[in-house]
This record gives sequence, C-alpha cells and structure tokens, in this order.
Amino acid sequence: MDGREKVKIDVKNLSFFYGATQALKNITLPIHDRKVTAFIGPSGCGKSTLLRVLNRIYELYPNQRADGEVLLDGEDILHSRQDTNLLRARVGMVFQKPTPFPMTIYDNIAFGIKLYERVSRSELDGRIEHALQRAALWGEVKDKLHESGLSLSGGQQQRLCIARTVATKPEVILLDEPASALDPISTAKIEELIDELVKDYTIAIVTHNMQQASRTSDYTAFMYLGELIEFDNTEKVFTAPTNKRTEQYITGRFG
Amino acid sequence: MTKKNLRLSRRRRRRNAFFLTLSVFAAGFGLLWLGLILSSLFYRGFAGLTPATFTEMTPPPGVDGGLLNAIVGSLIMNGLAVVAGTPIGLLAGTYLAEYGRYTRFAFFVRFVNDILLSAPSIVTGLFIYEILVINMQSFSAVAGAASLMVIVVPVVVRTTENMLLLVPNGLREAAAALGAPRSAVIRVVTWRAARAGIVTGVLLAVARISGETAPLLFTALNTQFWSTNLVQPMANLPVVIFQFAMSPYEGWHHLAWAGALLITVTVLGLSVVARILESSKRN
Repeated sequence: MDGREKVKIDVKNLSFFYGATQALKNITLPIHDRKVTAFIGPSGCGKSTLLRVLNRIYELYPNQRADGEVLLDGEDILHSRQDTNLLRARVGMVFQKPTPFPMTIYDNIAFGIKLYERVSRSELDGRIEHALQRAALWGEVKDKLHESGLSLSGGQQQRLCIARTVATKPEVILLDEPASALDPISTAKIEELIDELVKDYTIAIVTHNMQQASRTSDYTAFMYLGELIEFDNTEKVFTAPTNKRTEQYITGRFG
Repeated sequence: MTKKNLRLSRRRRRRNAFFLTLSVFAAGFGLLWLGLILSSLFYRGFAGLTPATFTEMTPPPGVDGGLLNAIVGSLIMNGLAVVAGTPIGLLAGTYLAEYGRYTRFAFFVRFVNDILLSAPSIVTGLFIYEILVINMQSFSAVAGAASLMVIVVPVVVRTTENMLLLVPNGLREAAAALGAPRSAVIRVVTWRAARAGIVTGVLLAVARISGETAPLLFTALNTQFWSTNLVQPMANLPVVIFQFAMSPYEGWHHLAWAGALLITVTVLGLSVVARILESSKRN
C-alpha cells in the first residue's frame, strides 16, 4: 500500500485451522503503525479469528492451529520461541462482551500493570487515573474506584476494559466488536475513544457495523469465507470497491 | 371449540389432575419420614441436652456426664481433615478445570475421583486401618483425620472443578490478553470469580464428614477420657453415638440422642450457610 507508512504487523500467507476446518485461507495484509485497520465481512468470514491470531489468544484452546507468518516489527510472533505472555502485553485485546474482573475498578486496572512492573502506590494511582482518563471514564468513576467493576453499566464496563488494556502500555490494541453489545450513546463514546487512541496505538478493529468501519478506520479489509477479498484505504473500499462482493456487502445486499 | 377438542381437553385435565395428585402424595410421603425423624430427634435430643453435655466427659454406665471429649475430638479430626483435604482438593479441581481440561489424564483423574466420591466410607476406613493403624500399632486421631480427609478430597475436587467450569472463558481470555500467565489468571481472576462456590463445596464436605461413623470406627476408635494426643485414640461424636445407642443404659441413650441432635444441627447450619453463599453468588 502506502510505502511511506510504517507497517506494524505484517500478516503473510496466514492460514488457520479449527481442527480440520480451515477458517483462514492464505491471508496477506499489512496493519499500519498508528492507524485504524477495520475488518469487515459477514459472520463466520474469519475476521475475529484473524484478530485472535495476532495475540495468539487462540492458543488457550486445543486443536487450533495457525500456519504462515505474522511479523510484529519484523519478528515472527507465530514462532514457537515467542513468549505468548510478553506478546499479549504488547498486543492488547478488548472483547465483544465487557469482561470486568470480579474486583474493584481500581484493582481491575492495577492487575495488568502489576504483572510486568513494580510501581509505587502513588505511581500506580497516577497510572490508573491516566488510563481511566484515556478511556474517558475518569469523570464517571473517580469517586468510586474501590467499588466493584461489576457495578458499572455495560458501556462503562467496556471502557473499563479499554482502560485496563491501555494501562499496560501495549503497542497494538485489538478490538473485537467492542461496541456491538452497547447502546448508541456508549457506541459513540467508544468510537471517539478510538479516534483518540490511534494517536498513540496501532488499532485493529473487527466490526459488523459498516458505518463504524467507515467512520473510525484508515484501512479496511473485507473478508469472506476465510479469504481476504479486498484491502485498501477505507475511503477507497467504501466509495470505489474493486471487487463486486465487497460492493454488495457494503451496500447491504448480502451478509 | 369443537366437541372433539372439548373432550380432548377434558381428558387432559383429568390426566393432569391424576398425575398432580400422585406427585403431591409422593412428595408428601418423603417429607413425612423426614418430619418424623427430625421431630423425634429434636424431641429426644433436646430432652438429653443439658449444660453438662458441653462441660463433662463421656461417663461410665449409670453415671451422669456429657460429651465434651467427643465434641472436641470431632472438631479436631474434622478440622484436620478439612485443613489437609481442602488444598489438595482445590489444587486437583483447579488442574481438572484449568490446566488439564481437555487432556486424557484429566479424564482419567475425573473418573477416579467420581469413584472415590461414591466409595462406601467403610472401605475408606478399612484402607486407612491397613496403612496407618496397623503400621502405627494403635488407633489414633491422625488415622481418623486421614480417613475423613479421603472423603473430603473428592468432594472438594468435584465442586471446585464445577465452579471453575462455570466461570466464563471470556474472563480467562481477558486476563490472558493482558499478558497474564496462566497461574495469575487462575489466582487473581478465576478463583475469585468462583470463590463463593468453592467455599460452599468445602462447607458441604464438612457436613458430609460430620456424621461419618464407619471410617472412624476403624481408625480413631473412641475413648472415655479427655485426650488431645493425636497419636492416641480420640473420642468423637459419631462413634460415641453408635456405642451409646447400642448400650442397654438409659443415661447413655440420652447422651446419644443429644449427640445426634448436635450433628444434625451442625449439618443443617452448614447447609443453610452454603445455600446462602450460593444464592448470593448468583445475584
């Protein structure tokens, strides 16, 4: 694509298998540094699967296998010598369903920080405030940091999960349909947040919402049945798609 | 409604009434026995219960006394069994649910645990008799606690595994996605999410061993006297109840009823607490 932009993650000939079922077929695409890359396509097209390869979260389950190369800053993360925990500290992920841990708001965020860093109490306080501010949640929770994270509304919980991810200072943030379980106002907040976060982070987002993809992303990948059909600037994909299927999908004629 | 439908609906209602009656009677029949057992237990148990029950030792025949040594002995042995059995059960249950969930070895362990769970407790007692009592050449509190522990472990394994399986995978993924190693995911997130259920399991295990008699007959046996020596025989409520109830002496009968009441109330209390914990977790 654009040669002047740095590629953060380079996916090369990636195939993925759930047991004997192939879910990704030879995917090759770049994910640009400090840009939003959106993955769209009908259910079951493999877009979430692709995201789950980027931090190797799929390895929590048996019988799932990835073939090919995923280069993070030029290093193949699928290589078996890569430490998955360190990889996940660099490549954070926020899921479709908000997943606050059963502990206080404060501890929800402190958990990730304390995994890899020894910080003083005051520094920890500062980091937590900063993370909540970045997730646009500070104003709403600053007086109840020591209440359970489960007491928040769905939209707040999702922003807490984003704060938790941001607090560990990852380089890449993967968002797996982060707003699909939220109401329109919460969704708008998450989208604003993405615009804000992309100044510092590389973001890959899976979404079912076409408007969301066109509003928030710089690049868009359209996938279908495990194949990458089209990848380009978001503007190009949405205004002048080269593939007929892409055009049909974004105009809502199937999917 | 057509005539045919009307007939059909009447027949269905009749059938429904018939089965409803049967079910109510069956439920009532079961409750009747429970009611009879509990009422005679409370009636006779409270009659035998005096302050001396908690302050005096088990007496010789024909003398007044209490159950203090048996109560303390039961507390000591149950306590030891739970303290030793809970960590083993907790860790094994964690292995089954977290690390080995999909492995053949876990399948095997789960199978063996199920057998252990339903093994007759007298077999457990005989087993500990063979390996501890014979080798130590004495009945002892340690052997009693060990045989109770063998009963505690499978209960805790099973409930721990089940409670951990109820924790949604989304929580594990979310913690792992922050870069948390497996052990941190388990310690900080999944154990915490399943805490109420795991504690419930331990309470149910205590309730389960509170009334066990057979394993103690072969291991701790009994003593008339105050003893906190762990390598000597130790008095305990179930065996005292067993011996006193079989005796021909009136005074012993009263104490046996009082002891039975104490155990029943303990088990009832534990079950109530366990239920409350379980429902508080759901909300």
